Amino acid sequence: MVFFYIHYFGIFVIINKQMLNRVLLNNLKINVLLNRLTCQLLEFHGDFSNSVLIGLQPRGIYLLERIVDLLKNEYGIKDVKVGKLDTTFYRDDFRRSEKIHFAKATELNFEVEGRKIVLIDDVLYTGRSIRAALTAIDYYGRPSIIELLVLIDRRFSRHLPIQPDYLGVQIDAIEGDKVRVEWRKSDRENDCVYIEKES
Amino acid sequence: MEELSVNHLLGIKNLTNQDFDLIFNTTKQFKEVINRPIKKVPSLRDLTIANLFFENSTRTKLSFELAEKRLSADVINFSASQSSIKKGETLVDTVNNILAMKVDMIVIRHPHPGSAKFLSQNVNSQIINAGDGTHEHPTQALLDCFSLKERLGDLKGKHIAIIGDIIHSRVAISNIFALKKLGAEVMICGPKSLLPKYAKSMGVHVETDLIKTLKWCDAANMLRVQNERMNLNYFPSTREYSKLYGLTVEKLELIRKPITILHPGPINRGVEITSEVADSENAIILDQVENGVAIRMAVIYLLASKIKSINYKK
Repeated sequence: MVFFYIHYFGIFVIINKQMLNRVLLNNLKINVLLNRLTCQLLEFHGDFSNSVLIGLQPRGIYLLERIVDLLKNEYGIKDVKVGKLDTTFYRDDFRRSEKIHFAKATELNFEVEGRKIVLIDDVLYTGRSIRAALTAIDYYGRPSIIELLVLIDRRFSRHLPIQPDYLGVQIDAIEGDKVRVEWRKSDRENDCVYIEKES
Repeated sequence: MEELSVNHLLGIKNLTNQDFDLIFNTTKQFKEVINRPIKKVPSLRDLTIANLFFENSTRTKLSFELAEKRLSADVINFSASQSSIKKGETLVDTVNNILAMKVDMIVIRHPHPGSAKFLSQNVNSQIINAGDGTHEHPTQALLDCFSLKERLGDLKGKHIAIIGDIIHSRVAISNIFALKKLGAEVMICGPKSLLPKYAKSMGVHVETDLIKTLKWCDAANMLRVQNERMNLNYFPSTREYSKLYGLTVEKLELIRKPITILHPGPINRGVEITSEVADSENAIILDQVENGVAIRMAVIYLLASKIKSINYKK
């Protein structure tokens, strides 16, 4: 926890880092978006018999879980094929960035050949991880369609010609800032999306 | 998690427990990769790796080559028998000439202990030791431990025996280091002439009775008698050796408990292990071979991540 001291009219006010973050979406708005995205998926994929939802490791998995929950509990789609995809070995910044990426589990226990695939991630920024995911899927087979669903789209920051098919909200954020989606496991009422300022 | 603490894989001795965790976690992901219909990832497509084998090898050489190819690296192979070593070139000169052709990483097997370390100090490249004489064979120990963990779970407190020709075995030394770091209890067993004098200083139990060892252990790593490294007779006859130290179904029935059987290969069927035991349910010999590729992919991948790309180089 980082504390900032602000001198204000002779009074010292202590603010922690969390308070400096700008909250973009609260739980209510997130729920509205999740419901809309789920309905849009239903509109195009029907009973999901030939479709699979693939969450991108690590943070796309949480969004995937929420959508699958809604599909099962609210819309009665019992049989949804889901997978997890880790794109570490397909990234284009291997040995180029200072940040080290660690591989997480990939679970695709089905043939992708001929299926409709929806890639799911929380924030779309440069588009490079989606490019890596497309390459990774290519190594598994040839799906009939690949679509992209994201909760947050950071506008004007793309490095590659990649756009989402299903979109929660578009936002503008300054380069260097981090857009974080916080998924709470036990208390879902406290889900939120906020911008983390570079400190 | 941090990156690997070492720039070369010369031996198990230099690895930390975090390195083990990192290697094993990465191996799990690569094992998933090599079980896919397309067993390749493009990570190392801009790197070239040279496999220098100054000693015969089938499994390790194939395993390294497959691992490199599945990471999409370019591979060149070199065997001492067809090289200029015979014409009097030194090891450092040979390797420097190969590196001048823009090779990024060297995998070396050599009959002299310490050759991998010597190379790491004298050439400007990353070195992976694929066995240096009777010293270490780190990737074998890593794959043995990974296979054991898959079968037995956490190795902390587990009893692991290494049986056979210990004195000539780099697999034994690397395994002892690795198993001790993972918290296992290690026992070595074999005829006295094949047990090294320094064994006790490595903190292992020493035993010459095979049945006692089998009763004690949860898993047994059977080693081959390395006749090619023996310049004198260490035991009267192969027949006597296999009678006393060969693993048979009868001996396993005697101890009345299942134990996991490992063998680093190549197997001399009927000498250190019979066919029935080698092909039984409890033998994980082929799992070891499968995991070998995944372990080597992980090691190469993790070391390669430390070679910075064009803009970062030098």
